[in-house]
Amino acid sequence: MPRKKPDITAKRVSQIAPSGIRRFFDLVASMEGVISLGVGEPDFPTPWHIREAAIYSVEKGHTMYTSNLGMPELRRELSKYLKDEYKLDYDPNTELLITVGVSEGVDLATRAILDPGDEVIMANPSYVSYSSCVVLAGGKAVMIPTYERSKFELKADDIEKRITDKTKAILIGYPANPTGAVMSRDKLARIAEVARHHRLMIISDEIYSSLVYGVEHTCVATLPNMKENTVLLGGFSKAYAMTGWRIGYAAGNKDIIGAMFKIHQYTIMCAPTMGQVAAIEALKSGDDSVSEMVSDYNRRRRFMVKGLNKIGLRCFEPRGAFYAFPSIKATGLSSEEFAEKLLMEEKVAVVPGSAFGECGEGYIRCCYATSLADIEEALTRMGRFVKRCKGR
Amino acid sequence: MIKEILKILENDARITPQKIATMTGKPAAEVSKIIKKAEKDGTILKYKTIVNWEKAGNEQVSALIEVRVTPQRDVGFDSLAERIYRFPEARSVYLLSGTYDLLVLVTAKTMQEAANFVTQKLALIEGVQGTTTHFLLKRYKEDGEILAGGEETKRQPVIL
Repeated sequence: MPRKKPDITAKRVSQIAPSGIRRFFDLVASMEGVISLGVGEPDFPTPWHIREAAIYSVEKGHTMYTSNLGMPELRRELSKYLKDEYKLDYDPNTELLITVGVSEGVDLATRAILDPGDEVIMANPSYVSYSSCVVLAGGKAVMIPTYERSKFELKADDIEKRITDKTKAILIGYPANPTGAVMSRDKLARIAEVARHHRLMIISDEIYSSLVYGVEHTCVATLPNMKENTVLLGGFSKAYAMTGWRIGYAAGNKDIIGAMFKIHQYTIMCAPTMGQVAAIEALKSGDDSVSEMVSDYNRRRRFMVKGLNKIGLRCFEPRGAFYAFPSIKATGLSSEEFAEKLLMEEKVAVVPGSAFGECGEGYIRCCYATSLADIEEALTRMGRFVKRCKGR
Repeated sequence: MIKEILKILENDARITPQKIATMTGKPAAEVSKIIKKAEKDGTILKYKTIVNWEKAGNEQVSALIEVRVTPQRDVGFDSLAERIYRFPEARSVYLLSGTYDLLVLVTAKTMQEAANFVTQKLALIEGVQGTTTHFLLKRYKEDGEILAGGEETKRQPVIL
């Protein structure tokens, strides 16, 4: 008797909801003449000095594997950077790991921490990979709703209410994708207190740390006693316009980094060599280009936020990353309907907020890392669209 | 504040004060006032267009001319430089350190015209010891703009 054909996909994979937004993506890709506010990366190419350093290294034949942890020079530079930036001491040999973007970092951290059934607390809406990585690691994502009226900040009290015996970690990402929210030092400190009290790790995705406007970014690991209890995830993609290079890092105590390293060495071996060389150059001399990009984004940010409010899409002021997250509730459409209709009628692509969790429903994510001319044209088209919606 | 406004204008001279106001978070009236003042006191010299003349089918010759001069008592290089920069053929004039003193960028309709300017005007000025003329063969980048069209960044239309 032949046995029954087993499900080819593992349960934890089928548990992850298929990205409902895939169909919308395909639609965007099939259309011509679309202005896209749907991207999630800088519109600048990587600064030339960084590219040039990488090209040179390839010409010299530096095309082999690196140390599993990442190139020693990169880890040393990174350690120096974290010291200069945050006064944090990370041992480059045991407390730093070079990853394939923060994406790998989130995957490694959740897999290293979670046993089956363990819970991770996170904000809703938040970046799409957080809950999926938790589920893939066998854990359960516990969502805390966050709201526009409280600037999409996560509250310590709300977290505390949801802590159970199974809770292992809190996963946060500020400045936030998709909302552009930034957390103040005070509020983060309260969350850190809760984490310490309940002996939870904080996994902190700080990929947008350099992109803040008129406020300061607080690195979670700098809060009292939090270096030991934080997995700090960062990278080069957003600050240095290096998305395609796929270089990120994880910093934390040697036990957690050691555990993440075990997974990393068997699944990844090492982050791409050329990317690591580029990252070294970025760290060595990238500061000027970063501050220039930040002022440029800031101008577009103001333009976008004012424009959205003007056309009747109420938008709270995002202080970080490069996203505006306006409410579309006044149009009476769901965020997916809004995005699809806007695309079909006016050829502007935005991302429905619902892609980031149910609390994103009623909002859309508009990225302002695109040329001013495109932002302006997109706003004109969206203005026409909103007017029609309200008249319907 | 003024520097930020100038930076925006340097990149796009046609942008309106209203837009600059939005981008900088300052009232439009204040932005207009700052621009007016900068125009008046010569911080803003002129608004112009960077043209790729070759593309417009306009053949034009440019030459960079190194000029060695004898500086004059009291006025140093300035008075000699003035004698040179008053010629409309001299598009740019710089005083430099190094093996020669003045660098003059000349544009003319033909090579002959440029050569005439050097031999019949520039070289004859009292105090000019000698000149070396370099004709420009190809422009790659003009005032920060890559003439071949620069780089095209291709992004995925939607990325979470």
